[in-house]
Amino acid sequence: MSASPVVVVERWTRESRVALAVAALAAVLLALGPLWLSANLVDRLTTLFVYVILAVMWNALVGYCGLVSIGQQAFFGLGAYFAVRLADSGLSVYPSLFVAAVIVGVLSLPLSAIMLRLRGGEFAIGMWVVSELAHLLVNLDTLINGETGTSLIALNAYEIGLRRALTYWCAFVAMVGLLAVVFVLLRGPTGAAIQAIRDNEQAAESIGVRVTRAKRTIFVLAAFGAGLAGALWVATAVTFQPKTYFSPQWTAYMIFMALVGGLGTFEGAILGAVVFFAIEAWFGAFGVWYLVGLGAAALVFALALPRGVWGWVEDKTALRLLPVGYRVKFLGAVGLAPNDPAS
Amino acid sequence: MIFLNQIIQGVLLGGYYALIACGLSFMFSVMRIINLAHGSLAILAAYALFELADRFDVSPFLGLVVVVPAMALVGAGLQRAVLERSARGGLLVPVLSTFGLSIVIDNLLFQQFGADTRSLAPYIGDLSYDSWSLTDDIAIGKLAALTMATAIVLLGGIQLFLNRTQFGRMIRATAEDADTVGLVGVNARRVNALAAAIAMATVAISGAFLAMRATFDPYAGALQLIFAFEASVIGGAGSLWGTLFGGIVLGVAQSLGASVSPQGFFIAGHVVFLVALFLRIYFGDFGPRLRRLARRPA
Amino acid sequence: MTLLTIERLEARHGLLTAVRGVSFAVDKGETVALVGANGAGKTTLLRAIAGQHPIAGGRVVFKGADVTPRTAHARARMGIALVPEGRRLFASLTVEENLLLARSAGRAGPWTLEAVMEAFPNLKARRRSLAGALSGGEQQATAIGRALMTNPEIILLDEVSLGLSPLVVGRVYEQLGTLKSSGVAIVLVEQDLKRAMTTASRAICMLEGAIAVEGATADLTHEQVTQAYFGLRRAAGHGAPA
Repeated sequence: MSASPVVVVERWTRESRVALAVAALAAVLLALGPLWLSANLVDRLTTLFVYVILAVMWNALVGYCGLVSIGQQAFFGLGAYFAVRLADSGLSVYPSLFVAAVIVGVLSLPLSAIMLRLRGGEFAIGMWVVSELAHLLVNLDTLINGETGTSLIALNAYEIGLRRALTYWCAFVAMVGLLAVVFVLLRGPTGAAIQAIRDNEQAAESIGVRVTRAKRTIFVLAAFGAGLAGALWVATAVTFQPKTYFSPQWTAYMIFMALVGGLGTFEGAILGAVVFFAIEAWFGAFGVWYLVGLGAAALVFALALPRGVWGWVEDKTALRLLPVGYRVKFLGAVGLAPNDPAS
Repeated sequence: MIFLNQIIQGVLLGGYYALIACGLSFMFSVMRIINLAHGSLAILAAYALFELADRFDVSPFLGLVVVVPAMALVGAGLQRAVLERSARGGLLVPVLSTFGLSIVIDNLLFQQFGADTRSLAPYIGDLSYDSWSLTDDIAIGKLAALTMATAIVLLGGIQLFLNRTQFGRMIRATAEDADTVGLVGVNARRVNALAAAIAMATVAISGAFLAMRATFDPYAGALQLIFAFEASVIGGAGSLWGTLFGGIVLGVAQSLGASVSPQGFFIAGHVVFLVALFLRIYFGDFGPRLRRLARRPA
Repeated sequence: MTLLTIERLEARHGLLTAVRGVSFAVDKGETVALVGANGAGKTTLLRAIAGQHPIAGGRVVFKGADVTPRTAHARARMGIALVPEGRRLFASLTVEENLLLARSAGRAGPWTLEAVMEAFPNLKARRRSLAGALSGGEQQATAIGRALMTNPEIILLDEVSLGLSPLVVGRVYEQLGTLKSSGVAIVLVEQDLKRAMTTASRAICMLEGAIAVEGATADLTHEQVTQAYFGLRRAAGHGAPA
């Protein structure tokens, strides 16, 4: 007489609970950043937050939707551009950053109607063309004055210490907000849809997954995120030169972060951003060789270890810090009751 | 009349675009990979020719005798080292790996040659600016005409090669079913290496013509990739003659755009590309339909 | 004279063992029928012999040489030809191009383009047609012709009658008769037991990856083979319904 095993489906592991507690503590400490960290560190953390945003957004697009875009700099640049424009037309600087991102998100909606019909390399270069076009159109604006660019002059209204803190908090809130949105999205039906699409689009469609809608959600979110990152960047850098913001180099950074950290893993994107930040801090001074290294790393990781460092860790240890999946546990093999401590 | 001249210049420019797009299109139809390092490799060839001309006084046309086979070897090597593994990795890997490769090539070129723009124009004498004047307003550049002629010969040659030779059959069959092709004694890996070599040979030639008609710098590859891609898409992916058509449409659009403003050149090209994309998405690929009509009497 | 020897061959699909410890030999010019239910491992076996499926254990010895480590195209060049399940023609190439492609095996012999056209007259009119536009019978003829163009010493035929009408199947088997008389060894996978038993001199019946029964077709009764086919003899004593 054997009792049938009880199956329990859970989402959180002990490790993930610990990780979340640690993350919450870190978040609180970081939130108080400007109060206890040095000015230099505040600036650098702001940069790190922007990198995290870029990494998580690009990773969501690529790792979860299977769409490689070489054109996210379009949204990055447009986010910065609209922030400058809005501030120039009278809107308060910091709200401008967020409104700019919203505008970028809205613009990406009709764009998605065309671009999402493309696949693979076509989508990648297609997005690149879009970014080139965006760059050219922005250059036509007399306020921007071609490649000369302009500055976010409105920032001068704030005293430098306050400006630094406000920018830091905006970046922090943006980062935490976007991470939360992606996390919730991934845990919900959209997340399951997206991962199903990534694994096998046709099969997903055949069981009723609204493929286009799920992809569009991520596309618009990624655009919004990149736009916000661009707006935040111009708030830290103050100057806006189209060539810098619309450069495909940003995509190169995003590719590096996502690949090295781990395509398609939530933790991987954050890890990748941290790694990139560290590498840039140490090797950025090497100029061209630094870029060669980035490209070579992307090449090697793409061929040999596309799931990145975190993917490697996950494969070797079954460690899942953030509970975006489901774990099925079989309790009660023959004879054991579900609540038996032995199970 | 000036308007007509703009169009003619655009058509001739299309010859160059057909040349640079040819390799990209060919590689895509054979291996289903869009090589994002395509433009960077053309610039690599341009620098190689420049070095030969600058240091050893070798005319670019003569230089091609060395550079074309060298690039063909690079192509075969690229296929073995990067593209083969990328194709196995799924749809994402080829894009990521070839983009990474393009960054490596661009920056190594910068490291070696610096930011100065270069050109092969000084090494081809009169050819770089000579033209035939048809009327007061219309002139046809000799170099541009040569480029167009080369494009037509190359496209035609590759088409003949694919349709009439055993190697061509092997390439087409491998592109369709690399697994089954082994059953009839075809080594799929070697065939793909051959196809990559051919693609890179055309890239070398396009790099030469780019450098002869314009200036280039280490980061010029990105734009060439974009133009090649746009020409391929406008012409309908998967057809060599379509590439010529796409190149001409792109060239004409850019030429007309340039008459409005300097940025108009680029904007017009990108807009035409997006329109062509839109048409293809919502009305289907015209290329195959036209070809099916042409084949009707079987 | 033994042409092909399979020794304790093993082949897997992921974790599933599709071919387990199969051993048999084929002589020069012999016709062997390979029968068995769907999933018995016949296609995997043929693919493994031709080099399209990785071999997990055992050996394939052809003309005295161990070809186990060799690629499919190397084996084609040695004289092993496979007409795969589903034909797998190159649809975007014409019939003639499909046939000419097989010259890549680089083997001389009686099978030229003209010889194949003579053997399969229904292809003469369709020479320039795209392989994708052919009827089932024409496709099968092209597929067999393509394998013949490699001038093989042994030809492996996987389910030639699949998807064909009885009339067409009859014609294909007539053409196989010509093949037999040319001295090529044939291994034939066939669902139709009667045809298999009349065409071949020897029969091998597979069940769940292993050989259930084997022998000269003259010696085997239809009933013996049927029982082995369905695993009926094995069922006795295992408690499963017979």
